[in-house]
Amino acid sequence: MNPVAEAPAIRRPAPPAPAAHGGDDAHGGHHEPESFWRRYVFSTDHKMIAKQYLFTGVFMALVGGFLAQLMRVQLASPGAEIPGMGAMHAGQYNTYVTMHGTTMIFWVAMPLLLGAFGNFLIPLMIGAKDMAFPRLNMLSYWTFALSTVVLLGSFFVPGGASPVGWTAYPPLSANPQYSGNVWGVHLWILAVALEMVAFLMGGINYITTAINLRAPGMRMKDLPLILWMQIVASVIFLFSAGPLVAGAVMLLLDRTAGTGFYNPAAGGDPLLFQHLFWFFGHPEVYVLLLPGLGIVAEILPVFSRKPVFGYKMILWSTIATGLLSFVVWAHHQFVSGIDPRLAAPFSLTTILISVPVAVTLFSFIATLWKGSIEFTTAMLFALGMIAVFLIGGVTGILNGSAAADIYIHDTYFVVAHFHYALIPPVFFGFFAGIYYWYPKMFGRMMNETLGKLHFWGTTIFVNVTFLPMFVMGLRGYPRRVYDPTQFSSLGDMTLMQILATVGTAGLLLSQVPLLINFFGSLRWGKVAGPNPWRANTLEWAAPSPPPHGNFAAQPSVYRWPYEYSAPGRAEDWHPQHLPSGAAAEGSRS
Amino acid sequence: MSDGATATAAPAAQTAAAHADPHGSVERAATTVPTGRLGIWWFLASEIVIFGGLVTCYVLFRLRHPEWGELAAHTLTPAGAVNTFVLLTSSLTIVLAHDAAARGKHRLASQAMMQTLFCGAIFMGIKAFEYGHEIAQGFTPVAGLFWSFYYSMTGLHALHVLGGMVAIYALQRSVARGEHLRRVEYVGIYWHFVDIVWIFLFPLLYLASRG
Ligand code: HEM
Ligand SMILES: [Cu+2]
Repeated sequence: MNPVAEAPAIRRPAPPAPAAHGGDDAHGGHHEPESFWRRYVFSTDHKMIAKQYLFTGVFMALVGGFLAQLMRVQLASPGAEIPGMGAMHAGQYNTYVTMHGTTMIFWVAMPLLLGAFGNFLIPLMIGAKDMAFPRLNMLSYWTFALSTVVLLGSFFVPGGASPVGWTAYPPLSANPQYSGNVWGVHLWILAVALEMVAFLMGGINYITTAINLRAPGMRMKDLPLILWMQIVASVIFLFSAGPLVAGAVMLLLDRTAGTGFYNPAAGGDPLLFQHLFWFFGHPEVYVLLLPGLGIVAEILPVFSRKPVFGYKMILWSTIATGLLSFVVWAHHQFVSGIDPRLAAPFSLTTILISVPVAVTLFSFIATLWKGSIEFTTAMLFALGMIAVFLIGGVTGILNGSAAADIYIHDTYFVVAHFHYALIPPVFFGFFAGIYYWYPKMFGRMMNETLGKLHFWGTTIFVNVTFLPMFVMGLRGYPRRVYDPTQFSSLGDMTLMQILATVGTAGLLLSQVPLLINFFGSLRWGKVAGPNPWRANTLEWAAPSPPPHGNFAAQPSVYRWPYEYSAPGRAEDWHPQHLPSGAAAEGSRS
Repeated sequence: MSDGATATAAPAAQTAAAHADPHGSVERAATTVPTGRLGIWWFLASEIVIFGGLVTCYVLFRLRHPEWGELAAHTLTPAGAVNTFVLLTSSLTIVLAHDAAARGKHRLASQAMMQTLFCGAIFMGIKAFEYGHEIAQGFTPVAGLFWSFYYSMTGLHALHVLGGMVAIYALQRSVARGEHLRRVEYVGIYWHFVDIVWIFLFPLLYLASRG
């Protein structure tokens, strides 16, 4: 296959002739045999690092899910003996809330969405052999691994893990005398700081790679949307994490050296931390949302055999979302005692940010319009992500308007809202991506029947778990309350708590088909071939799984990635790396 | 700027085939900016927001507390001024190192890097002396919010100076052997950044003494 030989490219001058892989480069031809350690542990290959993030993230998802299940058992049956650990007390509950939230955001969402998919896809989708800085990439994973050890280790220090909430507001967090916890919180701060350093290094690598290592002929506007979203997410993270790092340094100094940054008696201000935290914390939501939307953007065109609708519109919406995400943070502080004059502008910007997100979602729906839709598991999860996220998005407007938020703040309404906003990108997006790219990652297909079982179980039980929480919240059920029997007003909501807990158990059980499917298919799955979905993007031009170095020959790029069902073409797809006129490989064979 | 850029950009610029160095970076530049330089700039962007966060907090508190001007008068302004001069000199020597490296003169480059390290060491020495002096007078990190800011901002900056010195030292050893010459530019950019941060800290913490 020689892409440049004949046909001229339609949409641009022919890219420079690609040189064969080999010759002048250190990888070509002679592959030194690699030791076990170099290959699986201290690998610099972006695909291996992606798998390391994948497995760490999945493991931490089990940890975070287990903690959630413990909390749900407690809430549904306060005072009950939990087998193996007895009755839960308040401090334990606080620890589980804190560690569940922290784990899910930093140790599940980040490694799965950015670590695994970012690493796996960026070089493959731009036709590069690896990241720009492979050793930095390895370092970022191992920094992340270290942070994981520190976080898990904090369960075992005297006093146990941090109980101060994932937001770690002072004065609770700044002075051990309030929380009774010294080492757990120290280690929590350290772990989060290490995790952030790891993803800062990762983000620098992603951005640089996508900008500079693109294949010949590939313009920025030929990038698949998921890469744009990974880039924007990395940029958001880069610019929002710094202030929190500074805030965390001050928090650590308050705790250890006795400074008073957050202590009013010493001239400090606890609100300062809230500003720094949410200046990071809110953009972080979009760091998680964007890669999830990106996965959907790749899957919808393939399984509806239609070009993505409004590429540029989605692109500009993504960038607008990124910018706006920096000016909404104080909507978390409407009842914190900030200047009330701030409420109006922050309500406004918060509601404004739903516009670009809605534009993206409507473009997705328009992509489906009159497509020939194929309901693979990947497609189902992509559609499910849109549907479930709509509930999260719409309820967010309530939280965002100060008037409504003053009533629902810190109730289960908020808990329901942010789970409806986070579970779609983190879980639905991740599942969609796994079903879609598994053949490329492991060379085999996953089982569709098990996949559909997984999809329906997950979708049903997510709603069984979280829908009742909206009702409870509106009826005034506060969040972070470990024993509802303490409040007589909450007694008649026990049934809804039980329902939510049954939902969680069902949700957990629904993941069994996935685990069977994932590990079983490694062995028994149908061999995938390079391009089982007949997709256009570059990763499908590489063998499945791609070898170290990815491509047999440097691919060139001739068009945008979404040319499906173009009028006048025999095939309904047209890979990015094939010149005009050349027939797509799959349909020839 | 010297035209060291040509030395770094040329091999990477318009080559169609990517060049993968299994032990370093994969080089292919779809833009005209070499990949390493792009990486270092994004790295600095993340550093800028860390210091930016601290400086913003400090400025906001400072506006609320005009009396901090009196406290700032207790810092050793002459020592800080000398240190500013020392750091500026070190920025000059690292530029000379970059220039020499760009012209392939690796011995000269390594010498200039040693001079940079020397300046860095003087800076750290003077800073340590200042800390000692202040603590002896009772101005410890817990003596008030101004001093908390003073120690955390200059302390974080000093850590960055130290980190830069380690990086320059590590690189200097290979530069002396004539290897990794283009990386001199990258540590140079970082070193300038550390310098610029100091240019902000000096007036904020030492000079603005009237309320
Ligand atoms: C597997 C399904 C999940 C269940 C059953 C679940 C359940 C819970 C429960 C019971 C709470 C405590 C509410 C309270 O008492 O205030 C909670 C809090 C939280 N969850 Fe989840 N959760 C799940 C998934 C997730 C995911 C995927 C994320 C994020 C990516 C997440 C992020 C959080 C956060 C940030 C908190 C707040 C922690 C705090 O208040 O400090 N959860 N979750
Ligand atoms: Cu928010």
